[in-house]
Amino acid sequence: MRSVDLEESSVRELNGELHRLTPETNETRWVIEHPQGKHAIACGLDAPVTVEVKGHVGYYCAGMNKHATIVIDGNAGVGVAENMISGEVRVKGDASQAAGATGVGGLLVIEGNASARCGISMKGIDIVVKGSIGPMSAFMAQAGTLVVFGDAGEALGDSIYEARLFVRGSVASLGADCIEKPLSDEDKVILLRVLDRAGLSAGSDGFRLYGSARKLYHFHVDNVDAY
Amino acid sequence: MNTQRPKAATPPRFSATFDPQAIAEIQRAAATGIYDIRGGGAKRKLPHFDDLLFLGASISRYPLEGYRERCGTNVVLGGRFASKPIELKIPITIAGMSFGALSAPAKEALGRGASAVGTSTTTGDGGMTDEERGHSSILVYQYLPSRYGMNPDDLRRADAIEIVIGQGAKPGGGGMLLGQKISPRIARMRTLPEGIDQRSACRHPDWTGPDDLEIKIEELREITDWEKPIYVKVGASRPYYDTALAVKSGADVVVLDGMQGGTAATQDVFIEHVGLPILAAIRPAAQALQDLGMHRKVQLIVSGGIRNGADVAKALALGADAVSIGTAALIAIGDNDPGLEDEYRKLGSTAGAYDDWQDGRDPAGITTQDPELAARLDPVKAGRRLANYLSVLTLETQTIARACGKSHVHNLEPEDLVALTLEAAAMARVPLAGTSWIPGS
Repeated sequence: MRSVDLEESSVRELNGELHRLTPETNETRWVIEHPQGKHAIACGLDAPVTVEVKGHVGYYCAGMNKHATIVIDGNAGVGVAENMISGEVRVKGDASQAAGATGVGGLLVIEGNASARCGISMKGIDIVVKGSIGPMSAFMAQAGTLVVFGDAGEALGDSIYEARLFVRGSVASLGADCIEKPLSDEDKVILLRVLDRAGLSAGSDGFRLYGSARKLYHFHVDNVDAY
Repeated sequence: MNTQRPKAATPPRFSATFDPQAIAEIQRAAATGIYDIRGGGAKRKLPHFDDLLFLGASISRYPLEGYRERCGTNVVLGGRFASKPIELKIPITIAGMSFGALSAPAKEALGRGASAVGTSTTTGDGGMTDEERGHSSILVYQYLPSRYGMNPDDLRRADAIEIVIGQGAKPGGGGMLLGQKISPRIARMRTLPEGIDQRSACRHPDWTGPDDLEIKIEELREITDWEKPIYVKVGASRPYYDTALAVKSGADVVVLDGMQGGTAATQDVFIEHVGLPILAAIRPAAQALQDLGMHRKVQLIVSGGIRNGADVAKALALGADAVSIGTAALIAIGDNDPGLEDEYRKLGSTAGAYDDWQDGRDPAGITTQDPELAARLDPVKAGRRLANYLSVLTLETQTIARACGKSHVHNLEPEDLVALTLEAAAMARVPLAGTSWIPGS
């Protein structure tokens, strides 16, 4: 196990070391001490290693992650796991705005709450939030799955494309072109698969599905009220 | 003898306010219920580089010998923070244009032409293609609000990163790609359903304001190990403050795009009524760099209506380090070719005015995803045409610089210029020709 103390090393030195890891590395477990809310910790990783961050992190922790598993033992600032390609990021506390923004793949688990714009412009990532999410979440969400055990704020899924949004609590309001949809057997399989990946044993009971009405996919004067 | 007085005939009189163009647009809007969408930049008459003149050498200024005495044209971009800055042989780059807006052969042609003369091309909304990377020796990767196709592998194989805040044709507006151009490949690259009218976001999803931008730049530098130059591109609207804030946020290069700069598709009302002409934007941007002590340390690239070497030279003289071309590059590779006049007429347009780039029916095979139309463009020949054009721009720029006694095009300065109009004098902050008067100073 490698331990890096960010009171002694810089984020640049840490990321440089992590970027030099190859897929065959035997340095597969890293612990980061004293992150102190610093930004861009463990971003741009491209190796199947596990990085545990012991404390709170600033903006863009685990940004553009590929292959790595990153566990944040604290809260995360804006844009945690933004544009993740693959791998897994787990936040044991709460996450700030734009968690998982534009994520392409991989799994983001937030054990606390997530603030506004969770999953904004998501492109295939799976996001599980055990708490609640803030307003404008899944704005322009293109693909992937957002699972929320708690409540969703206003304008959920505004201008959504083909992402699936599962919410067990209340939804303050739906955004433009976002509607509740029947929960089909296929949807349940997708939901349970994501929950299983997240290590959660909850069933599909109580979840409701939201997605695109597909009425704004083409410009038309009759839709002008929605813009 | 006919004594009847002739009836007085009043010729038809058109309104200056409701001119034929305005009437036609009212009629079109009433018929369709949707705003007019088109490609290109502002078409209205604007104060521009044509309103400036170089003074040339005289008794007090010593010219350089054409063809004999060297006049440098190289430019280094990104030396502020990047460990691997890029060096261009000429101060003219190819602006960001997406695969999606443009066909694959068009992107290849741009790469071939730019590489032949030692300059860069730029990706666009939708990500980087292998063909584009393969044919561009220096490739700038745009980081856009939509993040279509964004991935760390392409970040690392790019030569520079351009964070796009806005563009001159539509400062404050997002991208638009209509359904007829969302082919299966484009849809896959953008993770979108095929054939939809695609709307790109107008602001970045995970940062807001200059303080966040600084952290975003830090993240991109961390991901790429501080190797790549990072540009920040803005549409010309508040050039002094945008430039200052980009510098404060840690940019290596500021790209400033005037309202004559083209777009693949946007509302005509947006193109014509939002933003500044590039002439009005360069001096404030250069002033911001000078006030911060960063002129020539953070490079300034300007674009929007560059057509010839005189435009390049004037932009450099006003304080830019390089210029960028988009529309002119497309014309060079075959856009609006008079030889296609019959086909333009079938589309309700004419060579020289064709701007329905959003429709995907470009007979030149450039702004289309139709395989048959795209196959019309020979990327090798088109690339050569672009290289020729870029060479001419460079030679023309050198010609003017030598006449002003400059051994490098970057030595051109505002003192070499005068303005023909009050507006241009005020915007470019150079004297009205024949006077020492700079309005507003």
